[in-house]
Amino acid sequence: MSEKINITINGMPVEVEQGKTILEAADQSGVIIPSLCYHKDLCVAGNCRVCVVEVVGQKRLSAACATPCEEGMEIRTNSLNVRNSRKHIIELLLSEHNADCTRCYKNGNCELQNLASEYKIMSQDFIPLAPQKKYTIDMFSPSIIKDNSKCIRCQRCVRTCAELQGVNALTVAFKGDEMKITTFFEKAMNDVVCTNCGQCINHCPTGALVERNYIEEVWEAIANPNLHVVVQTAPAVRVGLGEELGMQPGTRVTGKMVAALKRLGFDSVLDTDFTADLTIIEEGHELLSRLKKALVDKDKSVKLPMATSCSPGWIKYIEHMYPEYLENLSTCKSPQQMFGALVKTYYAKARKLSPDKIISVSIMPCTAKKFEANRPEMHDSGYRDVDYVLTTRELAIMIKQAGIDFYKLEDAKFDRLMGESSGAGVIFGATGGVMEAALRTVYAVVTGRDVPFENLDITPVRGMEGVREASIKIENPQPEWAFLDGVELRCAVAHGLVNAKKVMDDVAAGKSNFHFIEIMACPGGCLGGGGQPIPTSPEIRQKRAEAIYAEDAGMPIRKSHENPEILKIYEDFLIKPLGEKSHHLLHTHYVGRNRF
Amino acid sequence: MAFESYQLKRADFIFKNENDWEKILSRTLSRPPQEIINELMSSELKGRGGAGFPTGLKWKLTAEESASVKYVICNADEGEPGTFKDREILSLVPYKVLVAMAVCGYVIGAANGFIYLRGEYKYLVPELNKAIKEFEYYCKEINHNFNISIFLGSGAYICGEETALFDSMEGKRGEPRNKPPYPTSSGYMGKPTVINNVETLAHTFTIFKYGAKKFYDLGVQYSRGSKLFSVSGDTPKPGIYELELGMSLQDFVEEFGDGDTKAVQVGGASGFLVPRKKFAETAIGYKGKLTGISLPTGGSMMLFNSSRSMYNVLDNYLEFFKEESCGQCTPCRVGCQQLYSGIKAVKRGEKPAQYLDKLLKLTETMQLTAKCGLGQSVANSFSSIVENFREEMIY
Repeated sequence: MSEKINITINGMPVEVEQGKTILEAADQSGVIIPSLCYHKDLCVAGNCRVCVVEVVGQKRLSAACATPCEEGMEIRTNSLNVRNSRKHIIELLLSEHNADCTRCYKNGNCELQNLASEYKIMSQDFIPLAPQKKYTIDMFSPSIIKDNSKCIRCQRCVRTCAELQGVNALTVAFKGDEMKITTFFEKAMNDVVCTNCGQCINHCPTGALVERNYIEEVWEAIANPNLHVVVQTAPAVRVGLGEELGMQPGTRVTGKMVAALKRLGFDSVLDTDFTADLTIIEEGHELLSRLKKALVDKDKSVKLPMATSCSPGWIKYIEHMYPEYLENLSTCKSPQQMFGALVKTYYAKARKLSPDKIISVSIMPCTAKKFEANRPEMHDSGYRDVDYVLTTRELAIMIKQAGIDFYKLEDAKFDRLMGESSGAGVIFGATGGVMEAALRTVYAVVTGRDVPFENLDITPVRGMEGVREASIKIENPQPEWAFLDGVELRCAVAHGLVNAKKVMDDVAAGKSNFHFIEIMACPGGCLGGGGQPIPTSPEIRQKRAEAIYAEDAGMPIRKSHENPEILKIYEDFLIKPLGEKSHHLLHTHYVGRNRF
Repeated sequence: MAFESYQLKRADFIFKNENDWEKILSRTLSRPPQEIINELMSSELKGRGGAGFPTGLKWKLTAEESASVKYVICNADEGEPGTFKDREILSLVPYKVLVAMAVCGYVIGAANGFIYLRGEYKYLVPELNKAIKEFEYYCKEINHNFNISIFLGSGAYICGEETALFDSMEGKRGEPRNKPPYPTSSGYMGKPTVINNVETLAHTFTIFKYGAKKFYDLGVQYSRGSKLFSVSGDTPKPGIYELELGMSLQDFVEEFGDGDTKAVQVGGASGFLVPRKKFAETAIGYKGKLTGISLPTGGSMMLFNSSRSMYNVLDNYLEFFKEESCGQCTPCRVGCQQLYSGIKAVKRGEKPAQYLDKLLKLTETMQLTAKCGLGQSVANSFSSIVENFREEMIY
């Protein structure tokens, strides 16, 4: 218990814990202090100065986000002095900002715009500075567009890239009027270590960093009668989409989402969860085959721990940062890319469609998926496996454009053939979910019994701790897996690349004794992905995670290997896990990249 | 209100070549730390770098911290336009600074000291290193463990701000930190740190040698001791002068002016401009009972005669600040650009003269809300020049 101190905010007595900032104290007492550079996920910067307040007795105003409360402090958050200063600061920010709001992708969801509206900045007294600076827009990345003319230098993206992701692709350069947020040697975003995770987009208060959107392309495909447009939806989208359409964080909208997609005009609305289940079968068998090689054949060339490969942000990170460990990655494609490869082969065949007439669209909580779909390796169907990747936010835009009243939609069901999934596929959307799903299946395959956890809920791998560890002891296995008897399967789960770094540094130092590690590039896993609704915060991600696990608990099938469509695809098409077809369509390879 | 002293009095302590620094060092190191702190506090020495924080108190606060590792840093990032005294101290009497740093280390419990040297003063490094070597040799002889190393800055004006200086030393981009915590509890590498200006340290040597009283007897109430002034501009005798604090600007101009002095910029580009009509009522010293203005930075005195356009002077200052603001906080980064573009727009007639009033209001916001001491003072030159020479801004 930390000590309590007494302060007053606008004359109102408030008791706060020692060490809390003025902003936190105000927040707990229902006083809103506007801020821009402050973000709950990040360290305090105190550089926008929008949150300035008056502390009685002090000559200058204090930044509420950066000033700790002290006993007896009298704080005024709305004095004339504060209001005038704050208004000045907003005016200054606007004078440096390309305030062409109606032509901005973030129009309507911009923190600076909201402040300008609150403070009714109606005239432009100061000299517009943005036109004097020769800005160029970085549009080279397939995932992220960076427009410095809209940047307010709050450095939230820089702190995100450094603190949450440990990537440091974005950094501050130059000083004074030339100070800007840029990359190593001012290269384009696709030329640097950027993992395309999109966390910078999620944390940007303005339109300086946005996803590259493919909305018009998808509308055109839908409108083309000669094309069969298939859409897949990732697990995390169904617990995020509602927020973008005005619902509370944690609202599950699976049925409404499917209904909306059908109304948008997609020819078939399918589920990435299906290929999540498929990933589990393939990846689970890959893990078992690696264990067999290591334990029975004593093959020293087998790389352990095996790391998951579902998160394209993580893939690009390891390609840049730990290229010597690429063989530790599972060769399984991500569920999105497995889906894409199957749509233009298995699905096309079953539906008697020509694959060149199929457009495959995916709805993802992710911007790195846009890059992934663009990788040259991802053409195993003979065509580009996934044509367009839309984020959760882009889908919400399309729903609004189509005039769909989302609240009033009746729930609908996914179409069949690659639309069925298990609860294990759903939890892919949360950190630890792939691990949990894999353990449910691997344990069952090896022992013939369910994992020894109540309701199949493997709670040790759940939660929001940056790195989590768990182990399961295998006892009385089936005869063919006898070599695993008594083996303790050790696993680790990490989310946020800064935590991935911790795990990988341990692996590199030889300190890691794990067999299997799950890494997701984004905080909270896909549900906190760079394509998810803005804002994000630990509380919001917690709500989305709860929704994911509720979705899983409510599914009739909870284990990937019991999904009937999965059984069917192996029977009709793939024949067996890690088989020749799988190898060709569902597995891939990685490329080492430089850091600079 | 009457001044305690009007007179301009020269002093000669800083550059007096003392050939007994070894003796002073060992004598001071044999005194209890508390006694040294008391001596400094009774001298009323205030920081000569700009902010004027009481030196004794700074040492005391740092000494009271319980951390096992602490640091002493000499701030030699002398970058204020019109200030050139620190390099002279480091060239002529470096041992005074070194002794002061070692004593400070002894008082607060630090074994390492750094001189953060302005990048442009690189040429001082060989001589300074020689002095340090000699000094450390002597310290070893008297069994005192204290190391001093030089850290070269990279040219950013902002790195003279103490917390930006720490960041710069730590290998980061030099940007001022949020305060609190203050350096006395969390400075370089997050450890308690005493950071003093070169001149401040040199003055402590005087106090160690001659005692606090000798120092205290100079100057006036609230502004004790002497101070180095870097005199430049329209003056027949530019240079560095050690003067007692508390003199009136009138006296100063009579001594250093060319007979046609129109205004004096006191305290460098981030200081204030005083017009002729206010010379008599302005005293040079720290804020306190004096009606005049303080020495916001290092003692730069720039004299301007009637041939100078105050618009050009201001334009020059603002161009400097819009480039040298670190750029992190809004009021300083954008504020400087607005002031700079603003006076140009008024001059060209693109904005009405009343726009200057809007900008004056903006300078109030900059003073109130900027993150660091620099940001809070950049607009001083603007407000003092525009208020006193408004017509020169417009026509």
